[in-house]
Amino acid sequence: MLRYLLKKIFILFALLAGITFLTFSLIKALPGDPALGLIGKHAEEEDLKRIRKELGVDRPFFVQYFGYIGLLAKGEFGRSYYTNREVMDDIVQKLPNTMKLALLAMLIATVSGVFLGFMAGIKKDSILDKTVSTLAVTGLSMPVFWSGLLLILLFSLKLRYLPPSGTGGLRFMILPAVTLALPALAVIARVTRASVIEVCELPFVKVLDAKGLRRTRINVIHILKNILIPLITIVGLDFGSYLNGAVLTETIFGWDGIGRFIMEGIIKRDYPVIMGCIVTGTFIFVSINSVVDILYHYVDPRVSVYGKSV
Amino acid sequence: MFKKAPFIILSVVIFFVLFAPFVTEKDPLSIDLDRIKLAPSIDSPFGTDSKGRDVFARVLYGGRISLGVAFTASAISLIIGFSAGLISGYFSGWIDNLLMAFVDLILSFPSLLLAIGISVLLPPNVFTVMFAISFVGWASFARLIRGEVYKIKEISYVDAARSLGCGHLRIIVRHILPQCLPLGLVLTGLKFGGYILTEASLSFLGLGPQPPSPSWGSMISENRAYILSEPWMVFFPGLAITVSALCFNLIGDYLQEKFGLRQDFIKK
Repeated sequence: MLRYLLKKIFILFALLAGITFLTFSLIKALPGDPALGLIGKHAEEEDLKRIRKELGVDRPFFVQYFGYIGLLAKGEFGRSYYTNREVMDDIVQKLPNTMKLALLAMLIATVSGVFLGFMAGIKKDSILDKTVSTLAVTGLSMPVFWSGLLLILLFSLKLRYLPPSGTGGLRFMILPAVTLALPALAVIARVTRASVIEVCELPFVKVLDAKGLRRTRINVIHILKNILIPLITIVGLDFGSYLNGAVLTETIFGWDGIGRFIMEGIIKRDYPVIMGCIVTGTFIFVSINSVVDILYHYVDPRVSVYGKSV
Repeated sequence: MFKKAPFIILSVVIFFVLFAPFVTEKDPLSIDLDRIKLAPSIDSPFGTDSKGRDVFARVLYGGRISLGVAFTASAISLIIGFSAGLISGYFSGWIDNLLMAFVDLILSFPSLLLAIGISVLLPPNVFTVMFAISFVGWASFARLIRGEVYKIKEISYVDAARSLGCGHLRIIVRHILPQCLPLGLVLTGLKFGGYILTEASLSFLGLGPQPPSPSWGSMISENRAYILSEPWMVFFPGLAITVSALCFNLIGDYLQEKFGLRQDFIKK
């Protein structure tokens, strides 16, 4: 177990080094000058030089890169070019908002996705199955910023049930969380359905049926247990889609989280902010993947994660 | 009948988009301040936007950009993904390890965030979006093709080809590549809808083609403020995205079923 964890942590750090290196090289290799972006095109050459020095972007590439790694090692992301605030402080303040939203979305997506997919799967080719399958593939095809706007139009502007934007309690969270949940819900429903259909064809289900077990018991206890592995995979691995979606959803709903933060950073070319958010995102994403790997072992003891080459 | 619907709808959409000048005589860029914010009518079926431009014409011309980008990006992803997958799977060893480490690096990252990260660094235009989508997209092709090549190269006819004196290139191109084509086709079908959505998201965030040139994503972000009073400006571009992505997703599902590939196999 310990060896496995160490290995995972090593991979995490290697990945972070890789991502920062990749982003850094791209920033350096491509045209664009943060100093120019900061004070505008009509700036004096001397001012530009001074600001480049202040930001530290005039130093050689590897000095900058290792400087940044050193900063990361101290648990810092540097200061924003624009607000001069510590990026770490802003992220610490905004991350809980994003997590709250993502968790609520995950709850909505998992519960309704599993329920719908399960009902569709055990009644394969029924009208219910066809409806769920069609809705799921439609949900997969809708851009979140569009479905989000339609939800705002319907629930806050026409029906006036919920606030259209802002950060706050549950009332503010419902619309963005539902928007964020839609694509994931669709994926979960599809995977659940496919897995249920597969398990239903296995001989053990026939045996249980022949033994005279009630159908609901077979469905709820035996089939559900056997689809846990693909479910955990998809629910865990799909966490990336919440991070993806957070950027768009938070922008639309004016939610004060990491997604909107990175978007503002992107528009202003505020590299410390962008880098900070990307590193945070990767960190969360990879950590969750590792947790999913460990969960496998508990759900299905036949799976040995420790010996497996990762 | 139901299985053919996506093919038919998609053909109609592509036809309309390709032959936009023959479908509508309106200019997607011409501003007409006398005709702003008109509701859908026979003259302009999707209404007009805040600058009096015809939304129907803009959706059609915008489709050239949106679908064109998705098409080019999937062609690039396919070519790079196939090359990397074939080389990686056929030669194995260090080159396989190196390529797959890179693929894992890309796949371990939320795709849209990576695409956003790349688009930020380049000037916002159509080519940036193509590059960003392909940069992220080739990885999953490479990984799955590699797995397929691993299986195929164990089949004895590959040994036979080798003992007849075929070179590596000939074996790869003539004997292994054709066997991977069905998988490539299914994957393209499954990924294409996602590429349309990614393109739309990047344009929505202002990282794609710049105004006034229309693209489905940027039309939505431009007209967001009018969602309550003139919802058609936002509704129709979004509908175009959804319908095209939906058709491709359904076609992908259809191909997957036809070639008998399992869903979880594709997912990984």
